[in-house]
Amino acid sequence: MNPQLFQLICFYAFGFVTVAAALSVITLKNTVHAVLALVLTFFSAACLWMLIEAEFLALALIVVYVGAVMVLFLFVVMMLDIDQEKMREGFVKFLPVGLIVAAAMLAEMLGLIGVRAMHAQVMGANPAAVAGLSNTAWLGQALYTKFLLPFEIAALILTVGVVAAVALTLRQRGDARYESASQQVKVNPRDRVRIVKMAAERPVDESPAPPQEPKP
Amino acid sequence: MITLSHYIVLGAVLFCIAVAGLFINRKNVIVLLMSIELMLLAVNMNFVAFSRFLGDVSGQVFVFFILTVAAAEAAIGLAILVLLFRNRSTINIADIDSMKG
Repeated sequence: MNPQLFQLICFYAFGFVTVAAALSVITLKNTVHAVLALVLTFFSAACLWMLIEAEFLALALIVVYVGAVMVLFLFVVMMLDIDQEKMREGFVKFLPVGLIVAAAMLAEMLGLIGVRAMHAQVMGANPAAVAGLSNTAWLGQALYTKFLLPFEIAALILTVGVVAAVALTLRQRGDARYESASQQVKVNPRDRVRIVKMAAERPVDESPAPPQEPKP
Repeated sequence: MITLSHYIVLGAVLFCIAVAGLFINRKNVIVLLMSIELMLLAVNMNFVAFSRFLGDVSGQVFVFFILTVAAAEAAIGLAILVLLFRNRSTINIADIDSMKG
């Protein structure tokens, strides 16, 4: 088969799956099913990116989104006890509005971007292959030279995100028992042990001598 | 033969589906967050397509940053959602009106 035709068939197949899965994300009644449909959307979008030789981003999409973000979504959806029926009220009421707005927006976008002019833009040679690199090396060379500062800032944003997420959901429970490490380290043996010195040979008095204070 | 318009049209369709999702799921915060993720995917689709067809690496680098920020956003958004559910026992948008905005 003609490879370009095969590419086109692949595009339509993956594109159809992407759109159908995206539609089911917003219409499915069960939120867990919606999350799984979103996983399918991301997966087929990754296949579409693979089709235009953006391999690193396609795999990053699968690893980061399907592997981390969507699992987090699934975790939260299953943890929260949501009344599915109550969440659906207003669905039919807002359906026409949503459809009209989406259709109008799509028509405007397609009119604005000039589909015909872009149709003339055919896919040239892979710029990474022209530079004699793989897609990952091509991306990495730009990322670690030209975009080094934004890269560091992105790392900072992720750190802030982690700290914020933990700080938001951390809950101090009143009945929890835990060890305070700083108190354990700061403890002084003189506060715990009282050394009592008494003569061994002295005969026992009627009343025992008061315990001697520990030496400073 | 795949052209640039294929990917741009697909991105536009995905974005409009996400906008429709924001409208028709006005109660469920989780579906709203997922619609936002769909919007980001549509934008990323455009970036990757332009990067490939124009032969410029900046588009793909930008997608990388968008993925990073979206992951942080999803983590914080879901943390807020969990906190909200713990305090109010609901994630219905209509019930979250204590600020009277």
